[in-house]
Amino acid sequence: MDLVQMQKSLQDYTKSLFLEGILDSQFLQLQQLQDESNPDFVSQVVTLFFQDSDRILNDLSLSLGQQVVDFKKVDPHVHQLKGSSSSIGAQRVKNACVVFRNFCEQQNVEACHRCLQQVKQEYYLVKNRLETLFKLEQQIVASGGMIPAVELGF
Amino acid sequence: MVCEMETDQIEEMDVEVLSSMWPEDVGTEADKQFNVEKPAGDLDTLKEVTIEETPTIADLTRLPDLLNSTHQGTSQLTNLVKQWEYMQDNAVRLLREELKNLNRQREEAEAKELKIIEDYKFESNEPENLPVLDETSDLFRKFRQKKRDALVDSKKIEIDEEFDTVAYWKQKALSLEKMLKASTERERRLVEKLHESLKTMESHAAPVQELTQNLKRAEGFLHFILQNAPIVMGHQDKDLRYLFIYNKYPSLREQDILGKTDVEIFHGGGVKESEDFKREVLEKGKASKREITFTTDLFGSKTFLIYVEPVYNKAGEKIGINYMGMEVTDQVVKREKMAKLREDNAVRKAMESELNKTIHITEETMRAKQMLATMSHEIRSPLSGVVGMAEILSTTKLDKEQRQLLNVMISSGDLVLQLINDILDLSKVESGVMKLEATKFRPREVVKHVLQTAAASLKKSLTLEGNITDDVPIEVVGDVLRIRQILTNLISNAIKFTHDGHVGIKLQVISEPSFASDNSLNADAEVDNNLTETSVWIRCDIYDTGIGIPENALPCLFKKYMQASADHARKYGGTGLGLAICKQLVELMGGQLTVTSRVNEGSTFTFILPYKVATSDDYSDDQDEFSDMTDHQSEPDDTTEGYFQFKPLLGSIYSNGGPVIGNGFLPHKVMLTTSPIKLINGFVADPSNNTGQSEIVQVENGGYVDETKLETSSGHCPESAHQYENGNGRCFSKESESCSSSQASSEGGTLEMESELTVSSQREEEKAETNLKESSKPKILLVEDNKINIMVAKSMMKQLGHTMDIANNGVEAINAINRSSYDLVLMDVCMPVLDGLKATRLIRSYEESGNWNAAIEAGVDKEILENEQVCVRSTNRLPIIAMTANTLAESSEECYANGMDSFISKPVTLQKLRECLQQYLH
Repeated sequence: MDLVQMQKSLQDYTKSLFLEGILDSQFLQLQQLQDESNPDFVSQVVTLFFQDSDRILNDLSLSLGQQVVDFKKVDPHVHQLKGSSSSIGAQRVKNACVVFRNFCEQQNVEACHRCLQQVKQEYYLVKNRLETLFKLEQQIVASGGMIPAVELGF
Repeated sequence: MVCEMETDQIEEMDVEVLSSMWPEDVGTEADKQFNVEKPAGDLDTLKEVTIEETPTIADLTRLPDLLNSTHQGTSQLTNLVKQWEYMQDNAVRLLREELKNLNRQREEAEAKELKIIEDYKFESNEPENLPVLDETSDLFRKFRQKKRDALVDSKKIEIDEEFDTVAYWKQKALSLEKMLKASTERERRLVEKLHESLKTMESHAAPVQELTQNLKRAEGFLHFILQNAPIVMGHQDKDLRYLFIYNKYPSLREQDILGKTDVEIFHGGGVKESEDFKREVLEKGKASKREITFTTDLFGSKTFLIYVEPVYNKAGEKIGINYMGMEVTDQVVKREKMAKLREDNAVRKAMESELNKTIHITEETMRAKQMLATMSHEIRSPLSGVVGMAEILSTTKLDKEQRQLLNVMISSGDLVLQLINDILDLSKVESGVMKLEATKFRPREVVKHVLQTAAASLKKSLTLEGNITDDVPIEVVGDVLRIRQILTNLISNAIKFTHDGHVGIKLQVISEPSFASDNSLNADAEVDNNLTETSVWIRCDIYDTGIGIPENALPCLFKKYMQASADHARKYGGTGLGLAICKQLVELMGGQLTVTSRVNEGSTFTFILPYKVATSDDYSDDQDEFSDMTDHQSEPDDTTEGYFQFKPLLGSIYSNGGPVIGNGFLPHKVMLTTSPIKLINGFVADPSNNTGQSEIVQVENGGYVDETKLETSSGHCPESAHQYENGNGRCFSKESESCSSSQASSEGGTLEMESELTVSSQREEEKAETNLKESSKPKILLVEDNKINIMVAKSMMKQLGHTMDIANNGVEAINAINRSSYDLVLMDVCMPVLDGLKATRLIRSYEESGNWNAAIEAGVDKEILENEQVCVRSTNRLPIIAMTANTLAESSEECYANGMDSFISKPVTLQKLRECLQQYLH
């Protein structure tokens, strides 16, 4: 694939992430923060997000797997995940977390289990997509190209 | 038409000789279908045939006439005659052959007879009384010959008897009888043969029947072809009167048609055209086709394909036309549909390519804009450094020329900064990134400040005035920063183009304008604001008595980079972005910016904006700087004062001399708009008090003075002093709101050097503190437990040129605040250990009481706090900004209730951070 084509497909791919609602404008914020002094900022933040979220999801699975669910433990985790997903613009994870928190408040164990599955699903989706995105970017950088600027106005 | 068919037949088949012949089954309906006159039989073969086949068929007085009188008719008849003749000839030929045969036989017989006679000469006198039938007929002669032969034979046989004896006669009689029998037999055979011959002759000799058969076939063919043909055929005479018509789907009776013209029969569209067409064909004598759409009462709108050919008589004169029509309405509709589809297709394609082009252009534009914005951003950071350094440089000892050069350098730098800020503003608005803040402010204050600012930098003898009607609320809610930006822009514009007279601002409440109802932006703004105030529309006029704007320049006035004319650009300078930004900002806030102007008389820029009216009961002291200032305003009438005037103070300005003179007023504006520190500078530079030594006193007094009361160094403004104290350490103006203000700050810096005293002023201390000794940055504390959020916020701060300390929860935050002094705290609300709300309450309690008792009570590590207790902090109110994921009104009220100054909704964006910093870091 030549460079221009790769750049084009990266742009299209990024766009598709926004169109599918997987990402929102907050992700653009991250991209704006990435500059020469901090060229890997986005992937750093996102990697941190992945690590953090993996841990949280693990904890959540454990907490919800208990005989008696301690919602005081569950809720902060969900809050945490909601905060970080909102920070990186993982919109669908964030939305799933909002629903999750509502059921936490209601102490609805069954619904919480469902929500956890939903959150996981959304999380793996965004993880997968972002990893692909970074791979594409790496390919472009490797072939000496520039990461095309994200267009405003999404 | 009929005739044409016939001739065709003749030409093509040569044997199918046709007359006008109609299918049998239509015969019963002939009255309707064949609108042909009844037969009046004076036409030989045709007549016979017609009558024989279809007694009911219409015809044929006219048709025969036609057939007789036209070429087609003639040729048809000729053909018939020819064929008949041919058959007759054939019969004659056969008969002749037969005759020849018979003659030959007779000759043979005669020759034989002669021979016999020669052989038996004696018999020649034999009496001729033998039975003789006929002497005229050759046949009989033959018989006689044969008889003679027989006679001769019998004579020859029975000669042995005595002549003329009884036996002789008996014998002769017997033989004669035998001969007679044989003769009779022969005769019978001959008669048979004759009959046979007659029969064959008969079969050949019936041309009429032959013709009839041919005609039947032709008729069958025609019937086959025509019975379902959806066509109309007809013949019209020279005057285009119908003589004959055939219509598969008749709608008129024959008597309604025959003898009439089209025009007489039908009414409506197309009739005239068809008539003209027929006439044209008749005149030109050339057959042709045409499609005509009829719109008649009789059968609605129908399209016919019409073929018309002229008809000539034998003499070659035109006697009328034949015409044939076929309805093609459906086909025409389909064809038109196709054409339309094709056309639509073409149009769509064109539009598509046009759209593609537009998209391409838009994309390019977007990219270019993005590029411009990025570049601007990139340029701004180093440029800020350059200007900042230049400002610092200006505080050092310089000679006059160096100072002059430095001034130019700083003002140019400021101009570029302003330009870049404008571009960034514009791109923000255009890309929809710009968000509006809803804060409470006092319109009178704003107008006053803007005018004061303008007056301070005024270099002309202009009167500035502000007029606010009484119905304008004391406090309204809106984005005061942006409104100030608009006002400042418009005022400086007005001043720029006004050489004498006055410039002013007028505020009045108006009823909701018509454009507002369909303005969604306005609606959005209202939704954003959770407060329940009623809305009010305020009209703001910025008028001047300047050079005015020619009418032809008005349309492009609000366009980017456009000025009324190139001359103006040269003469007055400026980026040409100001008005475009104003317009976009006004529209962003759901208002409208318009202009009226008369050349040499002045211009009036008017913007109408909706505001929320703040209710007094939810008034709190955490509002923006302006309300903050007015809170402590000592003059009670100031909040409701509706008229300000700033008169020119020219004399004093020019008394100063030197390179700094022109900017003598600038510092005032700075002081009034942004920080009280600069206020001090203002006084330092104030021409009315140009002895530096008196400044400190005024500073101590916190001299916050209206320009109107400038002469008296009024100290009745303790609020400024208060602010001055508070302003400690956070007065460095990050981003000046307008070109002139940033210019002012730099000029202020320059002026500072004028007297040693100013150097020792608070600002100088601050500068020394922040710029030279330590880092020039304000100290910011981020209290947040989410690592990712920290990372993002930190990075954003970095991009905004700040660093931050981090605390992971409320307890850490309290410890950090206890350890060192911060200029701003960004506080997450929801945190483990100690949440943001509680932490804020504790910090406020500390600010009030000067000790951390409340915090210790709340369980925060006692020792640490107690250790630090030694250093009693000033009672500065530390700005604490909540960062909350919940943007509901409840939550924001909770934040306020717990002593927070403002809140940023999560996720944090650059824009939100920047605005927050602009508001809280000075």
